[in-house]
Amino acid sequence: MPKAENLITVKELTKTYKTGNLEVFALNAISLNIDKGEFLAIMGASGSGKSTFMNIIGCLDYPTSGEYLMEGKDVLTRDKNELAELRNSKLGFVFQSFNLLPRTSAQENVELPLLYNNKVEASIREKKAIDALTSVGLSDRLGAMPNELSGGQQQRVAIARALVNEPLVIMADEPTGNLDSKTSYEIMGIFQKLNDEGITIVMVTHEPDIAQFAKTNIVFKDGNIIANHPVSDRKIATEELIKIATLTDEKSTT
Amino acid sequence: MKFFNLFRIAYRSLNRNKLRSFLTMLGIIIGVASVIAMLAIGEGSNQTIQKSISSLGTNSIYIFPGTNSNGGVRGGAGSVQSLTLEDADAIAAHCDLVKYVSPIVQRRSQLIFGPKNWNTTVMGIRNDYMLIRSLNVTIGNGISEADQRTASKVCLVGVTVIFNLFGDENFNPIGQIIRINSIPVKIIGVLSKMGQNTFGQDQDDIVLAPFYTVQKRMMISSDHIGSIIASGKTELQVVDAVDQITSLLREKHKIAPSDAIDFTVRTQSELSNIFGSITKVMTILLASIAGISLLVGGIGIMNIMLVSVTERTREIGIRMAIGAKGKDVLLQFVIESILISIVGGLIGIIMGIVVAELVATFGGWPVVITPLSVIVSFGFSSAIGLFFGWYPARKAAALNPIDALRYE
Ligand SMILES: Nc1ncnc2c1ncn2[C@@H]1O[C@H](COP(=O)(O)OP(=O)(O)OP(=O)(O)O)[C@@H](O)[C@H]1O
Ligand SMILES: [Mg+2]
Repeated sequence: MPKAENLITVKELTKTYKTGNLEVFALNAISLNIDKGEFLAIMGASGSGKSTFMNIIGCLDYPTSGEYLMEGKDVLTRDKNELAELRNSKLGFVFQSFNLLPRTSAQENVELPLLYNNKVEASIREKKAIDALTSVGLSDRLGAMPNELSGGQQQRVAIARALVNEPLVIMADEPTGNLDSKTSYEIMGIFQKLNDEGITIVMVTHEPDIAQFAKTNIVFKDGNIIANHPVSDRKIATEELIKIATLTDEKSTT
Repeated sequence: MKFFNLFRIAYRSLNRNKLRSFLTMLGIIIGVASVIAMLAIGEGSNQTIQKSISSLGTNSIYIFPGTNSNGGVRGGAGSVQSLTLEDADAIAAHCDLVKYVSPIVQRRSQLIFGPKNWNTTVMGIRNDYMLIRSLNVTIGNGISEADQRTASKVCLVGVTVIFNLFGDENFNPIGQIIRINSIPVKIIGVLSKMGQNTFGQDQDDIVLAPFYTVQKRMMISSDHIGSIIASGKTELQVVDAVDQITSLLREKHKIAPSDAIDFTVRTQSELSNIFGSITKVMTILLASIAGISLLVGGIGIMNIMLVSVTERTREIGIRMAIGAKGKDVLLQFVIESILISIVGGLIGIIMGIVVAELVATFGGWPVVITPLSVIVSFGFSSAIGLFFGWYPARKAAALNPIDALRYE
């Protein structure tokens, strides 16, 4: 096996919040390497610092101290505009609450990152958006507004939006938190497919069975990483979905 | 290309928040339209007053009995009777800066022709009156000097009188005998149409007759006259002419230099100033009302913009998470505000003009739309729209994306 290329390196990453006199260590000197092609699931109790970590490596927030390299280059010395360009071209976000623009069609939501990208010509914008929506199985709902879509469909639009600029990494904070298990598995299917195509995925989840779709699991506790291990009996979404289908078939025949 | 993208983003954002865009626009429309309409009405009356005053002749001089220096020009007219025909004759004889002079006597009288009757003002004047007021006779003849001397029973009538006595404005009444206070008088001429004056008075509702005819035959015998009208030789000499008249009348009325005079001399330009200040007050009043509507419109814009801050801040968070820079977001909001201001401003200008024209057509009120009102109202409303579009956006764009996303 060739040695995997390093994508993200953080050293001694610390984030503190001051509330009154009290200082909360949301992240307590975290160090971690994430390789290209990784599918990482971050687990841990509520309030353990998972989202804080995601937001910092997603360049949505700054740490209090520490070091952050992406592809070997320093991230934290860059200004806000440079970070915006980084988010636009290299990162894609998927949120628990979808965060689609309201009253805006699926296609326009997906086109949005392209509109902020200077390198994308207007002529190919529409095609790229449609391709991204097709790859998440929504080619027939291009004009649908978010409130006309189910939760799973909205999350797929969000994934298409994260994909459309061909990012290196997709950051997903509890992407299945608002979805039932079958829909969650479908989302995991999309993630595994993207991961197979070479996109690195970092995902926060509460649910152990969802974490099993990843390649590596890490566990947070009180701002520290207390476990970091590869997934031994990894689930494959396509197989799991077939199992669910046969299960429900059996139920309906008996 | 990047700018065009932002333009597209701004347009989509306006389009998808139609109600909010419309309400913001409404504030601008109301502000702009009301200022334009109000000031058009104010300026219209101002100009009409100035025009009708200058149409009275720029070098006219009016002499009224009594004094009233509070700006009420004719306030003392009825209360004091200090002018006589001799005064008018003396001015004609001795004031070399005065060109024309005419004494005026007038009274409201009942006119009768056949079954019809009409109440109007009958004025007794010398022929100089026609020259001072630049009056013309369209049909028939003017009053002759012989008519003046012999107090003949002839008169000139305005078209409103013709309409009311004969039923048709275009009726040729020359030679008809009408009764004025039961005295039969022959119509010898029709006055050219003058229309309404500034105060809505119908200037064609009038009968002119030789001075003696009215004074001797129609007035309850009295040597006093209502007023005197005169004109200066040139516009520049009017002020000196006024001095001449004042000192002459002082002498004739035997008023000691220390005593107050018992008559009032006014020039056309003084009258213009008095009415000018009246219309100025009116314009200020209308402008204040317009200013208040502008303010109300502005507060409306402000409300809408501030109420939508939460929604907009989250939207800004989403946009920044997917790669919008702070300046992209700001520029988007400024473009939105400019679009709203321009469209709202244009609609407001059109509405303002339409309202002004409606007032002109149906209210019979003169309007003049001034470029200043358009510029000021448009500028003010768009400035408010721009500021309240830009300011919350600037605050949101300065946040970390994650704080904007979490904003509540
Ligand atoms: N903006 C903030 N201000 C103050 N404290 C904060 C803020 N954001 C997070 N924290 C604190 O930091 C700690 C970590 O929060 P974080 O959101 O990262 O937890 P989490 O692991 O994502 O939890 P959950 O599973 O419930 O989403 C918590 O104790 C939280 O109270
Ligand atoms: Mg969280």
